[in-house]
Amino acid sequence: MQDFAEAFRLAFGLVAAMDSDLVEIIGLSMRVSLTAVLIAAVLGLPLGALLATVRFPGRSAVVVLVNALMGLPPVVVGLLVYMALSNAGPLGFLQFLYTPAAMIIAQSILITPIVAALTRQVIEQMNTEYAEQFASLSVPWHTRIAALITDARYALLTVLLAGFGRAVAEVGAVIIVGGNIAHLTRVMTTAIALETSKGDLALALALGIVLLVIALVVNGAVMSLRAGAESRAHA
Amino acid sequence: MLDQPVSGSKSQLPLTVTGLAFSAGGARLIDGLDLVLTGHGITVVMGPNGAGKSLLVRLLHGLIEPHSGSISWNGEPCGPATRLRQAMVFQKPVLLRRSVAANVDFVLKLKGGSNPQRLHQLLVQANLLDKAGQPARALSGGEQQRLALARALASDPEVLFLDEPTASLDPSSTQLIETAIAEASARGVKVVLVTHDAGQARRLANEIVFIQHGAVVEHSGAEAFFKQPASTAARDYLAGKLVI
Repeated sequence: MQDFAEAFRLAFGLVAAMDSDLVEIIGLSMRVSLTAVLIAAVLGLPLGALLATVRFPGRSAVVVLVNALMGLPPVVVGLLVYMALSNAGPLGFLQFLYTPAAMIIAQSILITPIVAALTRQVIEQMNTEYAEQFASLSVPWHTRIAALITDARYALLTVLLAGFGRAVAEVGAVIIVGGNIAHLTRVMTTAIALETSKGDLALALALGIVLLVIALVVNGAVMSLRAGAESRAHA
Repeated sequence: MLDQPVSGSKSQLPLTVTGLAFSAGGARLIDGLDLVLTGHGITVVMGPNGAGKSLLVRLLHGLIEPHSGSISWNGEPCGPATRLRQAMVFQKPVLLRRSVAANVDFVLKLKGGSNPQRLHQLLVQANLLDKAGQPARALSGGEQQRLALARALASDPEVLFLDEPTASLDPSSTQLIETAIAEASARGVKVVLVTHDAGQARRLANEIVFIQHGAVVEHSGAEAFFKQPASTAARDYLAGKLVI
């Protein structure tokens, strides 16, 4: 109980003082996770929409695979990315290991299946509603996908939020490929892990509270945006 | 005027349907249906519930594959190519989650590119110009159906199918839709309209196709049909008797 009180006191103290290390860590956390969400959106949204609208041999197997990949263990992803980016690996020449770029790659791999699988569900439902009208209008498949993504934009914001939530809270992969190097690859979650291992539970908890508040603020902002836009469009 | 196709390309008429059959759940919903439509103007498809009217127009539009029989538009087999020159308005309009104008613009872009003048003209015709920027799904039922019709006409179809477009609409909305249908027909669009409304059929139809149990029972000019229906089923239907 004392730890919790101390944690809240520390958390407020850190935020109130605009601690430069904390600001740097928060900044990097947001940069890495938001970039990963952007990459996942570019890859996952069209992939999910494609799976929802186009029938091809082996589609069911791909859907099962994408769904299964939602549960990818972050440590395994971290290990695979580590092996790929290490000097002996096929992508070693990029020199990305222990840089934010490696962390972005790992998080992108983790959340792209989440975005794709949830997008498929959202779009499939809408496609059922639109299918006959689109067939009547002879809408080509690529226009159909673009139209469905556009019309499902508010629901897809929630999908991207789910991806962001997974990314920003992730620790296993980024600690392996980023190395938790101070002022270079240290993010909120790896800092929490470090403070916990050092036994400074109050500071770890304080960082956790700050992380939670950030997640709440981002979610709140996106949901407000969605609610406002949705009420204008009656979607 | 009614004999002129809309575009300069080869007309889609005549429509020739031979031995058309479609089954579902063990029931033959369309059962060896034969039909030939030659002239432009408005063909109204009538018949009791479950006769296969909506299914028939979906088959003619190429949205559903028949299990047997053939449909050809001026010798060209019914399919994606013939559908490109047709449009359909469904009983329950499916509008995009966008503004009124964006719904029409979607089809204009699809058929050749945005055309502000044409968009304006279509919205004026649909009496929706003042609602151009409003969300399409916030419109009333009648307005939604007028938008669906405007969107269908945006593709400049040669053939326009309408599946009970005024079902559950009030008289003023029905009148606006009927006016738009009559104007489209006057411009040379071949209209195939499914309706239960005998009054609407009397107002609009050039010819009537009466179907029952998935087959054509009667196909005749509208005046002759309403004056002296040849079949017992059509007579009973028009008299308001129970037709099963």
